[in-house]
Amino acid sequence: MSTKSSRLAARLMLSPSVVLLLIWMIVPLVLTLWFSFRRYNLMYPDRQGFNDFGNYTRFVMSSDFGLAVLNTLILVGAVLVITVVLGILIALLIERPMWGQGVVRILVISPFFIMPPVAALIWKNMFFNPTNGLFGEAAKYLGLPPFDFLGQAPLASIILIVSWQWLPFATLILLTALQSLSGEELEAAEMDGAPPVSRFFYIILPHLARSITVVVLIQTIFLLGVFGEILVTTQGGPGSASTTLPYLIFKEISLDKDVGTAAAGGVVAVILANIVAIFLMRAVGKNLDA
Amino acid sequence: MSRAITPQAKAINTGLAWSVALLIAFPILWTVLTSFKPEPQAVASPPIFLGFDWTIQNYIDVQDQRAYFRYFVNSVVISIGSTLLGLIIAIPAAWSMAFVPGARTKDLLMWMLSTKMMPAVGVLVPIYLIFIRLGLLDTRIGLTVVLMLINLPIIIWMLYTYFKEIPADILEAARMDGAGLREEILYVLTPMAVPGIASTVLLNIILAWNESFWTINLTTVNAAPLTAFIAGFSSPQGLFYAKLSAASTMAIAPILIMGWFSQKQLVRGLTFGAVK
Repeated sequence: MSTKSSRLAARLMLSPSVVLLLIWMIVPLVLTLWFSFRRYNLMYPDRQGFNDFGNYTRFVMSSDFGLAVLNTLILVGAVLVITVVLGILIALLIERPMWGQGVVRILVISPFFIMPPVAALIWKNMFFNPTNGLFGEAAKYLGLPPFDFLGQAPLASIILIVSWQWLPFATLILLTALQSLSGEELEAAEMDGAPPVSRFFYIILPHLARSITVVVLIQTIFLLGVFGEILVTTQGGPGSASTTLPYLIFKEISLDKDVGTAAAGGVVAVILANIVAIFLMRAVGKNLDA
Repeated sequence: MSRAITPQAKAINTGLAWSVALLIAFPILWTVLTSFKPEPQAVASPPIFLGFDWTIQNYIDVQDQRAYFRYFVNSVVISIGSTLLGLIIAIPAAWSMAFVPGARTKDLLMWMLSTKMMPAVGVLVPIYLIFIRLGLLDTRIGLTVVLMLINLPIIIWMLYTYFKEIPADILEAARMDGAGLREEILYVLTPMAVPGIASTVLLNIILAWNESFWTINLTTVNAAPLTAFIAGFSSPQGLFYAKLSAASTMAIAPILIMGWFSQKQLVRGLTFGAVK
């Protein structure tokens, strides 16, 4: 159906999007690359010129770099495991016949619509706060000493907050996938005497494989950039205990005003994100082609 | 995979599912409750669940002391503006990829998606400097453009999957009847695509409303939306739980309600059509 004129029209209609995204991608990237090789600190405007790989060595050799990479991987990995495992269990539960299914769905999905700073502040103040938070009250009721979540276990606390935000997403997608599973297949397995556990592992789980892949891929994209939750809770601390790679770069700009080093960090982050993306695509590519 | 089930089993399911659902939604429910408490009762020990002196004073205070409404207007303008702007640019692109696919269409779609993999913090500095240079820092128009660019790949992908489902024969028939490209898009394609476009709009308003990296980093006062408004509560100030709760409730209520209506579209939109 594509005549010459319609193909030309198609090109024309496609070009604004392509050009805009190209600019949006290339201009900042090129500028970041450029800055990453320059001496550029807002506090010392007279220091200029090329710095070769100085910014990179400064960023990568800094004592926090290894920890930040590790924290980022732990955060992403832990949230993925928690949301996928709990998401499967909850999807299996709320897929079963019950009264008030619509309301249950709405309650389960709600945390996803909460903006990150609100989610983080609710948890920080109303739950984690050792004196006034509900967890503190619960500890008091049980006769336990209050526990300073954000001070003693900052990364775990952030993992809890982020998991709470993303659990609805995983649940909803896995639920959608579950609903497309044919009942006959399961009934047949049941008649043949397959116990629930093997029905789960041999019929349900394989059916969910593709959706789990999608959940992992999309959540990874978003989780690598988690920022607001850290900013309003621990600000990367105490020390650097909850500093992730994005937050480490943010600290270079906001605290040290060191644009050059932050840009080098940005380049490192882009490279690492691409490695993760390639690794993921490869690991799960088979699932997506189907 | 629905199956026949005994009433007892159904009762057990209902009880379990409701408990889990209430547990998950509890932080939100608790926040809404706290927003109606007087400050001292908000931190009462043991906590008071329903028997407190209900008040709407916190809502009045948040508006009077923090100028809530100004942030709200910014959020509305920026999220709706960026979505509509994105739509105008994305509809032609999605149309051409869905109906005149070339050899590279799939690659192009994947590339568009890949622009979302770029960590925002990696390019914050250049964007910030460009914004200063162009006088866009802390302006609604600047933020609208950035959020449009962030969500453009998602808008294109969503529209593409919806347009794909419209049978090409119908367009062919319209063309036979002498419809030009403009008529074809305006009178044939768009009406058929309205449900898809509506879902796209809904999901993208939600995403733009909640975006909290660029909105916090590129604004100070004038263009600051609700994300920045809430971030202003990050350091505790005396007794502020009830006010924080009221502010939070006001920041999330509009989008929470919209979200409930868009569950189905959410799955499709956020998985780029991979799960329907």
